[in-house]
Amino acid sequence: MSETTGITPTQYIHHHLSYWTVGHGFWSLNVDTLLFSVGLGLLLFLAMFFTARRATSGVPGRWQNFVELILNWIHDNVKQIFQFDNPVIPPLAITIFVWIWAMNFMDMLPVDLLPRLAQFIGVHAFSADPEQVYLKVVPTNDMNMTFGLSLGVFLLTLYYSISKKGLLGYGKEFIGHPFEAHHPVARVALVVPNVLMNIVETVSKPLSLSLRLFGNMFAGEILFILIAMLPAWGQWPLSFVWTGFHLLVITIQAFVFMMLSVVYLSMAHTTHDSHAH
Amino acid sequence: MDIVTSIANVQGLTALGVCLIFGMGAFGTAIGFGILGGKFLEGCARQPELGGMLMGRMFLVAGLLDAVAMIGIGFALFFVFANPFVGAVTSAAATAAGAK
Repeated sequence: MSETTGITPTQYIHHHLSYWTVGHGFWSLNVDTLLFSVGLGLLLFLAMFFTARRATSGVPGRWQNFVELILNWIHDNVKQIFQFDNPVIPPLAITIFVWIWAMNFMDMLPVDLLPRLAQFIGVHAFSADPEQVYLKVVPTNDMNMTFGLSLGVFLLTLYYSISKKGLLGYGKEFIGHPFEAHHPVARVALVVPNVLMNIVETVSKPLSLSLRLFGNMFAGEILFILIAMLPAWGQWPLSFVWTGFHLLVITIQAFVFMMLSVVYLSMAHTTHDSHAH
Repeated sequence: MDIVTSIANVQGLTALGVCLIFGMGAFGTAIGFGILGGKFLEGCARQPELGGMLMGRMFLVAGLLDAVAMIGIGFALFFVFANPFVGAVTSAAATAAGAK
């Protein structure tokens, strides 16, 4: 695999961990992340769109059955947590789960498959230096992608917090929770610990949401790369085991992202006279 | 001390740090998963009809348990493959060599 180019294992790893970046500094875009995420999103969108178009209320075909299975499962899960009336949340949950799962699934492709294809195209169509053609196939491997997703959810929680509770209500909750008191002096004294706790909580939610997904996918990809450097007799059993486990990890991480987003949104909708639990 | 010794020192300590991150993450996660699985089995034994729902909740909590360990692994792998401390040492050495 590396006999013709004679690169060292470290170079191989570094090559596979580098992005196809365009631009520099703050404005550098990871084009491969953007391409794969948007491309997968479009593909899934079109697939579901055409399924919905051709949906029959009679006996469903296999594809419609499959899509309905997924949608029903997500709907049941969301309904258990989100007790308010907001039509945005179920489609949001479906988008998050299906999109993240599909992006994570790109990790299942052989490590060298698409990068080698990109190198081939780069060398023959654009006469690029093969060592300079970088392609990272898994968008959720990129901190930019996971932070984009979690910041989107974070902005939604802020928006719904303020629109459901009002700016004043949100502020009151910020300084009045989790340590509550009735006596005005005690309330003033508890403002500082409350604000600190709330800042930590508010900042840690998008941070943990995104880094959880990133860490899982990054570690998974590094392991795939390391397995790819083993000789053939080592690759087959190890990659079988790790691929199987990684399928489970992919699904769990997409599920956890979706559930936590719905939980945070439901917390954003909770005003104190409408405790729905 | 010369640059090679400095880099070797930094890399050795980084390796130890990475091992601690991996090990302690694994330690906490293993104990957490053990308790989680045990409680799940207990719950299933008490009320087998709730098995499906309990399993769904179990995987949710499993994803949360993994979280900090995986964040740690992400950072540890970053230290292994793109060590910023070695970068700092080499740039400091380059500055010192350039100043001489």
